[in-house]
Amino acid sequence: MGSSRSSLRGVPDGQQLLQETGFSAALLLRLHQRFQFLDKDSRGHLRSEDLEAELSENPIGDRIVGAFFQPGQETVDFPSFVRVLAHFRPTEKNWTRDGVQPEPANSRNRKLKFAFQLYDQDRDGKISRTELLQVLREMLGLQVTEEQLQSIAERAIQEADLDRDDAICFDEFRKSLEKVDIDHKMSVRFLE
Amino acid sequence: MENLWYVAGTIFQLWMFVVVFFIMLPAMFGLSLGVTEVYIQVLVKILEWATLRIQRGQQEQPSAPIPLHTGIIERVGGSMEEEMWQLRCSRPEAAGAFCLSDGVYFCKKGLESIVEDQVTQRFSSEELASWNLLTRTNQNFYYISLRLTIIWGLGVFVRYCVLLPFRIALASTGISWLVIGTCVVGFLPESSAKNWLSELVHLTCYRICARGLSATIHYHNKENRPQKGGICVANHTTPIDVVILANDGCYAMVGQTHGGLLGILQKSMVRSCPHVWFERSEMKDRNTVTRRLRHHVAAKTKLPILIFPEGTCVNNTSVMMFKKGSFEIGGTIYPVAIKYDRRFGDAFWNSSKYNMVSYLLRMMTSWAIVVNVWYLPPMTIQDGEDAAQFANRVKSVIAHQGGLLDLAWDGGLKRCKVKDSLKEEQQKMYSNIIVGQNHIRTTKTCSETREDQ
Repeated sequence: MGSSRSSLRGVPDGQQLLQETGFSAALLLRLHQRFQFLDKDSRGHLRSEDLEAELSENPIGDRIVGAFFQPGQETVDFPSFVRVLAHFRPTEKNWTRDGVQPEPANSRNRKLKFAFQLYDQDRDGKISRTELLQVLREMLGLQVTEEQLQSIAERAIQEADLDRDDAICFDEFRKSLEKVDIDHKMSVRFLE
Repeated sequence: MENLWYVAGTIFQLWMFVVVFFIMLPAMFGLSLGVTEVYIQVLVKILEWATLRIQRGQQEQPSAPIPLHTGIIERVGGSMEEEMWQLRCSRPEAAGAFCLSDGVYFCKKGLESIVEDQVTQRFSSEELASWNLLTRTNQNFYYISLRLTIIWGLGVFVRYCVLLPFRIALASTGISWLVIGTCVVGFLPESSAKNWLSELVHLTCYRICARGLSATIHYHNKENRPQKGGICVANHTTPIDVVILANDGCYAMVGQTHGGLLGILQKSMVRSCPHVWFERSEMKDRNTVTRRLRHHVAAKTKLPILIFPEGTCVNNTSVMMFKKGSFEIGGTIYPVAIKYDRRFGDAFWNSSKYNMVSYLLRMMTSWAIVVNVWYLPPMTIQDGEDAAQFANRVKSVIAHQGGLLDLAWDGGLKRCKVKDSLKEEQQKMYSNIIVGQNHIRTTKTCSETREDQ
């Protein structure tokens, strides 16, 4: 693999990312080019404005951008950028939980966790009623009244909240999505 | 010292001789000496050879990563309704309510946009599937064979030391003759002779400029050529589009008045035939612009107006949204599709990357510019159609003819942030899926409880 080593020369942590994320060398190169394109001032890292520009059409754009940043961090470097994108690779069928190998980023569990954290912004492990109302307001904008919003949130909590603590924990979230083909719906088709 | 002047004088005379007899006279009569055709054929042979060499070289070195020539991701999936339906596992009782899986749809769309957005892709130059011996089109130039490198080096020499000076000289001759010629014609009194002469001057000088870019233009369907009193609309890739179209007909240009050299050109051009130049302050007032253009069109004897409704240069793989202003003027629209052949040089002007001078330099050091121009049948606005719909209709006709993608994106997006209305649209669509039925469901449950009692 000598040539891939040379081609990844400009990419920070290139070799490590190859093994960690499972992206091919060519794809890592393309992602690095994309990163450099988004990094308009060539700082070597991205700020939230750089990503928000691409997501201005998305109702929950701000949340998705937030998922790239660690708590308290204001910048994203390339390895962190790629590690988030790694969640969206199609799941490998032959990985089994054996406790030895670390769970890959694109396993079903990790994908679900990513989606859960989009709702659970304060990262306390539960989607509270307030958080649900917030995300609903973002997705629906001004198209619904406050009463309609409340009734939608009420219905959603009643359906998913099994232990009746007025919040949705990760297990309840996972149960509610157990029939969904997460591998397909939360994967981006990278052209390798 | 005198020898130097003598030599310079002889060179100048020789140059004038060549230009007048081999370029200007044929240009006046619209003939071609066939030199460019032979040149293009030779070029094609060499490029095909180069491509074969590269393919052979790639087979011998399989571990070298082949750069991706298409997008990074493949976007599949249907509309929001279809995707939401699938996410809810086609459960009918889930329709009309919020499901936790709904967020997954927006999440995936967001990630796709971060990795690759459809707008920006149109504004970077299309990557070639083969290599045309210009390193600027091959991002990862790596050494394949000595012979190929020698040919490439020869190509650099030919392009920069032989073709470039020739082309610069030709282009400057063309432009200066345009200025002088239109000035002279401007002194004549208004008559049909003046118009004929003005057309001749314009055509000849634009043809000289086209030779200065080694442009080979193929016109199709000449019977649909724009007539007087009409409006010609075309897709925009580069400022050279004007030269390309003006080689085959005379148009009234529309644009802002500039200072400097361009300003002199504009002033002299308007003396011989009426172009429409606006001051910068007038451009902001849409009504003034529309009114002046309407006047121009209404006088059926004036030359057809040339407008590029995209408002900006796009990379010639797609057509962006047409601004409806041009379609509110009235009159007949003559659509024209322009498609550049990428093999010989990338004509797209990326105004954020290159300024005008470096762009022209790149153009003049490319191999050649090969263009296909299709004249399309004239179109008029129909009853019950508004300007925006008419614009879209014309746009899809042009995109279809030129083999370009018909996109709904606004070309201005590449410069400014997207308006909030796009986000609102997404929210509207989503609320239709949820609230649209939710209202009915709540009344249903109310009546159910009443029945129970």
